[in-house]
Amino acid sequence: MKPTVQEIYVWLEEVKDPEIPAISLVDLGVITDVIIKGKKVIIEMTPTFVGCPAIDYMKAEVEAVLKKKEIENIEVTITFRKPWSSDRITERGKLSLKKFGLAPPPSTQIFTDLEILETAICPRCNESNTELKNPFGPTLCRAIYYCNTCKEAFEQFKPI
Amino acid sequence: MSEIALKELLYKMADDQLIQGHRNSEWTGMGPLLEEDIAFSSMAQDTIGQSLALYNLLHQLGESDPDTIAFTRNSTQFHNCVLTELPNKEYDFSLIRHFMFDTAQAIRYEALTRSSYLPLSQLAIKIRGELRYHTLHANTWIKQLGSATDESIERLQKSLLYALPFALGIFEESPYEKEIIASGIFEGEQKIKEKWLTQIQKIISQTRLTFPDIDLIQPVIGGRTGKHSEHLQPLLDEMSEVFRIDPTTEW
Repeated sequence: MKPTVQEIYVWLEEVKDPEIPAISLVDLGVITDVIIKGKKVIIEMTPTFVGCPAIDYMKAEVEAVLKKKEIENIEVTITFRKPWSSDRITERGKLSLKKFGLAPPPSTQIFTDLEILETAICPRCNESNTELKNPFGPTLCRAIYYCNTCKEAFEQFKPI
Repeated sequence: MSEIALKELLYKMADDQLIQGHRNSEWTGMGPLLEEDIAFSSMAQDTIGQSLALYNLLHQLGESDPDTIAFTRNSTQFHNCVLTELPNKEYDFSLIRHFMFDTAQAIRYEALTRSSYLPLSQLAIKIRGELRYHTLHANTWIKQLGSATDESIERLQKSLLYALPFALGIFEESPYEKEIIASGIFEGEQKIKEKWLTQIQKIISQTRLTFPDIDLIQPVIGGRTGKHSEHLQPLLDEMSEVFRIDPTTEW
């Protein structure tokens, strides 16, 4: 039976970010389009950062999930047609990040420069008495902060 | 649209990023403090990743595949500006170069978001956002160390004066400058150079560093036409060593 676009999105929820296994590629906003053309399924993906080394791995995972569902004719393309922004992360995705211990990114609509980055809301105590320690972290998409309330470091998924 | 003009633009940008990215990666494991080690390593990953995206655009225009382009040319076939190939030296020079280079990058990509060549404008929208973190990093440290101790100020001042003629070489004009501007692909080096000067001076004026009279400085050009310093070829030899031993190896 022919799947619907909606069903394919549900299947793809199985594929997680290899570096943050708490969030699916769908909630991360990395899947930018699902197109069904006759018997062919076309998936468009875009990396969170241009230099993200995980994108080929994620592409292979997407292909594997579709094959498991017995879709034979698959085309997965990586494109910047709809460039990724942290605003593409779903509300459910932001909750998953917080549960994982990462501060979710604030909306990029509310700032024009990165002044806002000086503080973030601590994912543990929800306080904003925090300071930016490094705009770069263990992966390209994360920044390092220090929480003055918890007296511990934490990471934020960068707004971009 | 002139394809030669477009390719020339893409090559010089991609080469700038590959070489600067490689120099940034040389700080991995060597940073003066852990945060800076992470920062320069992350910027290396960003910058080399961005160069790959540009080499992919060139590949779509009929050029060789990215690995062949990156690893099999010699220094005279590279179009990067000389600034990017200079050795890292001490942290003060690396920081000043990062500040000058990434400020130029941010302005260049801002202009390219309006490019008439759609694959480039789409990519530029993405890269513009990433570069904000590079300039945030550079500005923070320049402001901090440019107003800190006598030693930090003196070191940065010396590096600033040394780097400036090379930094002006970023804006060496292409033989196709008029064409590329007329076609709407890119607004041209002269325009972004003016914006760059304003931005660099704005940050420097918030420190105890002094900015020299720019009209008295002779830019170091030639990089765009393959005339490089003695530092590029050894860098390329090291970067391509594994590829040259076994081009089919899995990375």
